[in-house]
Amino acid sequence: MILKRLIPHPLLSVTLVLVWLGLVNTVSLGNLILGTALGLIIPAITAPYWPNRPTIRRPLKVAEYFLVVLWDIVVANVEVALIILFKPEKNIASKWIPVPIELKSPEAITVLAGTITMTPGTVSATLSADASVILVHCLHTDDPDGVRDSIKSRYERRLMEIFE
Amino acid sequence: MPLYVEILISVFLVISGVFGFVGSYGLIKLKDSVQRLHAPTKATTLGVGGVLIASMIYFIAKTGHISIHELLITLFLFLTAPITANFIAKAYIARNMREGELPSSGGRYGWAVYDDPPESRPGS
Repeated sequence: MILKRLIPHPLLSVTLVLVWLGLVNTVSLGNLILGTALGLIIPAITAPYWPNRPTIRRPLKVAEYFLVVLWDIVVANVEVALIILFKPEKNIASKWIPVPIELKSPEAITVLAGTITMTPGTVSATLSADASVILVHCLHTDDPDGVRDSIKSRYERRLMEIFE
Repeated sequence: MPLYVEILISVFLVISGVFGFVGSYGLIKLKDSVQRLHAPTKATTLGVGGVLIASMIYFIAKTGHISIHELLITLFLFLTAPITANFIAKAYIARNMREGELPSSGGRYGWAVYDDPPESRPGS
């Protein structure tokens, strides 16, 4: 199919056009044409590096996920700031927490790991070799199971709906 | 520019300054590298976020156009910051920790730092 060969990765093309328009900060016909050219040429050249195309099943859920993460970032920021400022160093109980994950697609796992790192207080450190468990470092917690469950219920469940 | 817009911009700038400061202070106070990793995630989220929101409000009030650059900076930060944090954490594990010091993965395979992925195992 010629359209498929011309636009191997529609989502990437759209992203590139939007990022280009954002970079020049004005929407004009010339910029639109240049952005479209970039959006056609770059995916064609880099197609060998994109073996799978992630399918996003429910675009509306992406917006919901983004807002949930944004809100969590604000709340967690305040919590971690309080820990850093007022908790004596010896009382900070850092823990490594293994979180079993059911996500299968590499893109979804990447988004989950990025989300865990961007929300302050938790950093995703590594995966198990078969990518079924993610190792999370938590700055301070008295309840490791609670942290694990909140990651699973808040982020993983939503990512399952979006990607799988 | 009306006064309330200036106050709003100042509030966001102060918030971002406070979180930038707490992030830097955390770098001094916390005791090992993994704990210190948590401090910069604050500086890059609310610290930078506050400046970007203030900048957007400023340009909307001044020129009347929405400036997209701030959103792009947020996007690029969210794409790149977790990767550096992840690499630092992995390097720390590889250099300073033994397998027994980490909790078990609970699955058939160990952590990727120590264990090979299933495909590369002979006979599996």
